Amino acid sequence: MTGEKEVAESRPIGAAPVGAAASGGMVAPVGAAAPGAGAAAGARQYLLVCGGEGCQSWKSEELFLALHQQAETLGVKNEVQIIRTGCFGFCEKGPIVKVMPSETFYCGVKPEDAKEIIAGRIAAKKDVERLVYKKEERLAATTRVPEGAFYNKQFRIVLRNCGVIDPENIDEYIARDGYAALGKALFTMSPLEVVAELRASGLRGRGGAGFPTGLKWELTRVAPSDQKYVICNADEGDPGAYMDRATIEGDPHSVVEAMAICGYTVGATKGYVYIRAEYPLAIERLKIAIRQAEEYGLLGKNILGSGVDFELEIRLGAGAFVCGEETALMRSLEGNRGMPVPKPPYPATSGLWKKPTVINNVETFANVPMVILKGSKWFASIGTEKSTGTKVFALTGKIRNSGLVEVPMGTTLREIIFDIGGGIRGGRKFKGVQTGGPSGGIITAKDLDAPISYESLTALGSMMGSGGMIVMDEDDCVVDVSKFYMDFCVDESCGKCAPCRIGTNQMYTILDRITKGNGEEGDLGKLEKIGQAMTKASLCMLGGSAANPTLSTIRHFRDEYMEHIHDHKCRSGSCKALVRFTILADKCIGCGLCARRCPVPCISGEKKGVHVIDQAKCVKCGECFVSCKFGAVVKA
Amino acid sequence: MAKMTVATLNEHRATMKKTYPTTLQPSPLTRIVVGMGTCGIAAGAQEAWDEMKKSIAEFGIEASVQMKKTGCMGLCQVEPTVEIAVPGMPTVIYGKVTAEVAKRLVRKHIVEKTLIDGHIQDRPAIDIVAYVKASEGEGGTR
Ligand SMILES: Cc1cc2nc3c(=O)[nH]c(=O)nc-3n(C[C@H](O)[C@H](O)[C@H](O)COP(=O)(O)O)c2cc1C
Ligand code: SF4
Ligand code: SF4
Repeated sequence: MTGEKEVAESRPIGAAPVGAAASGGMVAPVGAAAPGAGAAAGARQYLLVCGGEGCQSWKSEELFLALHQQAETLGVKNEVQIIRTGCFGFCEKGPIVKVMPSETFYCGVKPEDAKEIIAGRIAAKKDVERLVYKKEERLAATTRVPEGAFYNKQFRIVLRNCGVIDPENIDEYIARDGYAALGKALFTMSPLEVVAELRASGLRGRGGAGFPTGLKWELTRVAPSDQKYVICNADEGDPGAYMDRATIEGDPHSVVEAMAICGYTVGATKGYVYIRAEYPLAIERLKIAIRQAEEYGLLGKNILGSGVDFELEIRLGAGAFVCGEETALMRSLEGNRGMPVPKPPYPATSGLWKKPTVINNVETFANVPMVILKGSKWFASIGTEKSTGTKVFALTGKIRNSGLVEVPMGTTLREIIFDIGGGIRGGRKFKGVQTGGPSGGIITAKDLDAPISYESLTALGSMMGSGGMIVMDEDDCVVDVSKFYMDFCVDESCGKCAPCRIGTNQMYTILDRITKGNGEEGDLGKLEKIGQAMTKASLCMLGGSAANPTLSTIRHFRDEYMEHIHDHKCRSGSCKALVRFTILADKCIGCGLCARRCPVPCISGEKKGVHVIDQAKCVKCGECFVSCKFGAVVKA
Repeated sequence: MAKMTVATLNEHRATMKKTYPTTLQPSPLTRIVVGMGTCGIAAGAQEAWDEMKKSIAEFGIEASVQMKKTGCMGLCQVEPTVEIAVPGMPTVIYGKVTAEVAKRLVRKHIVEKTLIDGHIQDRPAIDIVAYVKASEGEGGTR
């Protein structure tokens, strides 16, 4: 080896075959080698033992060492490399071992199984069947994917090129069948046929409301006008959501191509991408994409020699949540203040500058080339009957593997949160998941097995929304979370209509006093009443859905609200004003650490004597709670 | 590039399919793909990129290594992420690739051809573009 002190990977592993050649920075026998060449590499197998937090609690470390030992004992240590990996998800079925290059997936592996795996898989090159993960298990009964495609937890249509191509290189997009859908539409399909294909695919808007995309295009297509427009809504104001940003950063051409197809279909020659200025990298990559497409003749005049013109421009938004609402967005695009206007008329007949306009979300557009290219039948075979295709979610919160996930509609929340997300961090208990951001609601443990679709999430009192998915555990307080979203809505309300302007403020005031222990009898009734009024009377869906997080948490966690109001208690300890830190006399050894850490300070006590906290001065920072090594400080 | 027609676009695609740098097709070259979306860059993807470039130069293996950037691989928890395909080895995605890990990747994974402990992540999804192609018999490795 190269002489440096090396961490685990060089320790118990068999000799690295080509290592010696590399010492001293000599030219290594690497690149020119044909696949499979290089000492032992061809025959070598790899055992990847999940070293994620979940699997570790399943003794994955013991398993890891047992595998090494067996490889040594059975004399095959040069034929296998055994390493630990990051979390694979599927923590419930851990520990997981993945075999490469055969891609076999073993689950529930115990240290005692090591011998069988090494003797079977490695020495005899035969799988240990009883441990192999059955693919069917991964498929929920409700989830459909195209026949023959094996299901890998996720299924990526929108994100097909993210992580695969260089987003700043149009040639790579083209190599991945990019702009083939545009060519197909322009030269082999009439606008009516494009619409028919979209309608048959069942594609619905991914911006939140789920309106059928084909119908939206058709309504705009048939609207008579000398000028029409296409708009891509990349405002993405939902806190915790970044699906659209990632899509544009990773694959900007998918949106450009779809918008050109849309222009041809509805008869628009001009398009705008409305994107928030806080997304500089996405804007930069989109600019590059548009310029490259123009150079290639894929945008501009006479696209691909078809006689069809379509120009695309970027417009920056200032990042107001309300500007994601389509009518407000168009006012903002026109140079006016971004305020919603009543519908109808709908954008399809009177949109930007009162001209017929298609406005779609980034993710909606990114689906379109695949629908055109692979056909509506293929697309409709994915997902559920009424919600076809996939959905991208930004999985965040108290989850082990946060990230961007794309799953077929019909996948259950449990699969997303536990199989893909790996479950809750730190072994805490799942409390709920917020979908739809400030417009959505909380979904609790009892509904985890609901298959995701527009209908099912609405039925559960939440909504699909744009794809933010925030997971909460027992340390999150539902009142505090509702207050956070209401605060957001107070800030983001444009103030045009009274129900939203006044209602969000009133609801915030009540939520705030509940979190401070000043809640009054009847507050819940008031919240519900104001909430219902706002939902009915607001002009746009910002106000129309602002009460949702509060109403849904009241529905599911009424007892927790009541605890705050009656007992001035917050069981999760999030509501600072209601928390009380105290020191247990029988556990305190009088080390004095907490007193030194306390910033006020308000902890006193003799050396080696029991310490006490002066409740009148305590600012509830929790420093004493985390600093005590003897568990003497308790939070209640 | 001059403005294209459908015919020239299709021709161009056929050429690019064979030549664009990708880990999806077998190649005699080592291919490194670095996730450089906002989250990757914020987590230090540029530093990882620079470190790998430097190490590759130090080993004198530039000619046999292709490097490119890409968008988000979806594994936000473990950014920066780097995918590596070395001929004769399984193609893997590494997470939490700090500059220090990046340097080790070049030496251990590319030069010495051993996987690095503790950083490999599961691939989130199969590639649907290549998948359909594979079933049509055009080749594609997974
Ligand atoms: C307050 C508010 C904010 C919205 N923000 C967004 C957004 O950021 N992105 C988006 O695509 N749609 C957003 N919408 C939905 C849009 O009004 C519109 O329905 C959507 O862009 C239509 O595209 P789709 O049919 O492709 O979903 C928002 C709606 C409301 C009421
Ligand atoms: S509901 Fe709120 S955001 Fe929408 S128009 Fe009324 S005040 Fe403005
Ligand atoms: S840190 Fe814990 S043990 Fe030490 S004085 Fe404070 S309460 Fe007592």
